Amino acid sequence: MDPAAPPLRLTFGAPHARPGTAPDFSDFPVPEAGAMRRPPVDTPAEEMRDLAFGMIRILDDAGEARGPWAEALALDDAAQLEGLRHMLTLRAYDARMLLAQRQQKTSFYMQHLGEEAISCAFQRALRPGDMNFPTYRQAGLLIASGYPIGTMMCQVYGNDGDPGRGRQLPVLYSSKAHGFFSISGNLGTQYIQAVGWAMGSALSGAEAIAAAWIGDGSTAESDFHAALVFASSYRVPVILNIVNNQWAISTYQEVARGSVGTFAARGHGFGIPALRVDGNDYLAVVAAARWAAERARRNLGPTLIEHVTYRAAGHSTSDDPSAYRPSDEGASWPLGDPVARLRDHLIARGVWSAERHAQAEAEILAGVIEAQKQAEAIGTLHQGRRPSPAEMFDDVYAEMPPHLRRQRQQAGF
Amino acid sequence: MATDILMPALSPTMEEGTLAKWLVKEGDTVTSGQILAEIETDKATMEFEAVDEGTIAKILVPEGTAGVKVNTPIAVLAEDGESAADAVQSAAAPAAAAPAPVAAVAAAPAEAPAAPVSKASADWPEGTPMKTMTVREALREAMAEEMRADENVYLMGEEVAEYQGAYKISQGLLDEFGEKRVIDTPITEYGFTGIAVGAAMGGLRPIVEFMTFNFAMQAVDHIINSAAKTLYMSGGQMGCPIVFRGPNGAAARVGAQHSQDYAAWYAMIPGLKVVMPYSAADAKGLLKTAIRDPNPVVFLENEIMYGRSFEVPDLEDFTIPFGKARIWREGTDVTLVSFGIGMSHTLEAAEKLAAEGIAAEVIDLRTLRPLDYDTVLASVMKTNRCVTVEEGWPVGAIGNHLSAVIMERAFDYLDAPVINVTGKDVPMPYAANLEKLALATSDDVVAAAKSVCYR
Repeated sequence: MDPAAPPLRLTFGAPHARPGTAPDFSDFPVPEAGAMRRPPVDTPAEEMRDLAFGMIRILDDAGEARGPWAEALALDDAAQLEGLRHMLTLRAYDARMLLAQRQQKTSFYMQHLGEEAISCAFQRALRPGDMNFPTYRQAGLLIASGYPIGTMMCQVYGNDGDPGRGRQLPVLYSSKAHGFFSISGNLGTQYIQAVGWAMGSALSGAEAIAAAWIGDGSTAESDFHAALVFASSYRVPVILNIVNNQWAISTYQEVARGSVGTFAARGHGFGIPALRVDGNDYLAVVAAARWAAERARRNLGPTLIEHVTYRAAGHSTSDDPSAYRPSDEGASWPLGDPVARLRDHLIARGVWSAERHAQAEAEILAGVIEAQKQAEAIGTLHQGRRPSPAEMFDDVYAEMPPHLRRQRQQAGF
Repeated sequence: MATDILMPALSPTMEEGTLAKWLVKEGDTVTSGQILAEIETDKATMEFEAVDEGTIAKILVPEGTAGVKVNTPIAVLAEDGESAADAVQSAAAPAAAAPAPVAAVAAAPAEAPAAPVSKASADWPEGTPMKTMTVREALREAMAEEMRADENVYLMGEEVAEYQGAYKISQGLLDEFGEKRVIDTPITEYGFTGIAVGAAMGGLRPIVEFMTFNFAMQAVDHIINSAAKTLYMSGGQMGCPIVFRGPNGAAARVGAQHSQDYAAWYAMIPGLKVVMPYSAADAKGLLKTAIRDPNPVVFLENEIMYGRSFEVPDLEDFTIPFGKARIWREGTDVTLVSFGIGMSHTLEAAEKLAAEGIAAEVIDLRTLRPLDYDTVLASVMKTNRCVTVEEGWPVGAIGNHLSAVIMERAFDYLDAPVINVTGKDVPMPYAANLEKLALATSDDVVAAAKSVCYR
């Protein structure tokens, strides 16, 4: 025994602020917008390590779009206005569904507040046929691809209009046609499956790519690591997204990250190029997603993207975040609000105004309320038309075996 | 003393039926177990056997009579030496004094389950040329044939390609199909199972080889929570056509963590199909069916069985449907039900029982989900006794389930409680002597069979 050796101990990450203390993001560096270089898509991972530790940001505090990523993106005003509309729709939808849950029209809901840009913007890099393997906080992928919010509401209510026939938890949507696989209630499994799906696409000579989604906390699951092994070993046409919204329910992101490096930097252990992007910057997310999609489509392999954001609301309707973090922490989040930032940019460009924004918010909310009325006319959790038990035995197998048919008949159908 | 032969109830809920055909006539001597008549219900036609020995003194209900109530006397059986006239006389008297308890039977629930009809028949035409083949070769042929037929089929797992398979099941497949379709994986069951499930969701037809099913424990979330449920949870939009295969159960001296039989585990899961073949012919025909099936299939092999030889049909393409048991040996005294390696002990036990004058009927379930209840029930209704045999643990065993089904659907046919012969309720010990004690043996099966025959 070495008398000079210190006693062994363990170190575990902890948040910088808890309820009752002042929010503290002093050790969270916010790089200047437009400062990050944009390497060619075929750059080897080892020559672009800086992109995993810095941050791609386009919109500055004055609402100006800056730097090489903005120049390469060249998103026209109409596309930016459409993006703003998608985010406003998702925010209004969330607000109405949160109220509906409080009115017991559904049992459970999960909102996106503060994270709207990521899924709404990312979808702009995809083509029909591409497939997302999302988590429960990427409903913007559906809204931006034109999936009807009324149908989403029917899913949340589990009524007779739900295409999933009332089998899944609220918000676990599924639409093959909209590139939205489904959502696993078990954390992480979708990550490696996205890699497998993309390998299948490549093996069968198709053109579709896949996008995997995971939260900061779930990167601790073995699925995450296995996904990186395969994505790297076979140079799979997949985009590996990590949404780092600082909080895995009550667990601060440092627990999964180990208080060192960044989530993006994990890609470099596997030789996978990695981008760390301002997730509250709509333009930066579109730019990063398109860069990664081009790599996948050109057989250059996977890209890891860490979307840095902040979960401004509770994890779900079952969560009270004031129990584990300062209730005013979101207000001091250094990357701001994604809707306000794109709005200010469009106003600065002279194509939008505060009045038109207020008018658009009102119009979108009216549309969401109208869709909600129609969905509720079909039914809600405890009222109206619910999926028939006759369908309960469908889809257990591709073809219904006789014993299930008998069970269905015994159930009176 | 003469006895009435009563109209039988072919299911717990049957109330009446048609006496379709008499197979005996007045004056015939009958033995116990001999088929007397054919009875029709609205669901099935069943043969009806004599319980006691004797002479048919009188037929009371002519053939072709419909609407015969259960427990109505349909014939009179005279004991040896008794005259037919005396018999009819003696049988009629107590019948008048104590009417048959029709009401009690009629009170049964109205929703009658379908009467079992044996689906056990030959899987290939009679006269088909046969060839001798090991289970290993049969599995390899099945994969190779299906990979030739469908380019979406591929094999992945640890050591399946360059090493030709940990147990050489995939020998030669890399040479024939190339590294695109015979894929060595990193050592992460969770990883490659997730990969394969994802690829299947995308339309490919992966065969995942687990070096043993014990290692699949790591991947069980993908198998159960994803593969088995995706079709259902996506509202039928996207499914998972995949085969998970590899050796299952105890081999020899591989200890507690590498000797588990997962038959009952996977058989519990809706959405999965579960296959556990015994013979090489079944291994081949069922694996081909598994690869073609649009659902996820768990295909449980056995290391000890890989080297055993069987006769296999020499056909270009043959498959065996799921949910169809095979009767290996017909018998009238006791039904022995098993599957997989359990069949070895069971067939051996049947031989020993035959030497002691007990005719055992031996049923190989072959697939556990779907499970061929009808063949088992039909046999139990014939033999009135049943022993199940499996290698797995006794709690939540396949045999437990079968016992419950037999009790529900053939209770009145049982002359003895069903006995489940299983492995002992312990993690598998390493030491050879203890390992032997932990597993079911043919002697265990013989003892159980004699017990239910009260011998």
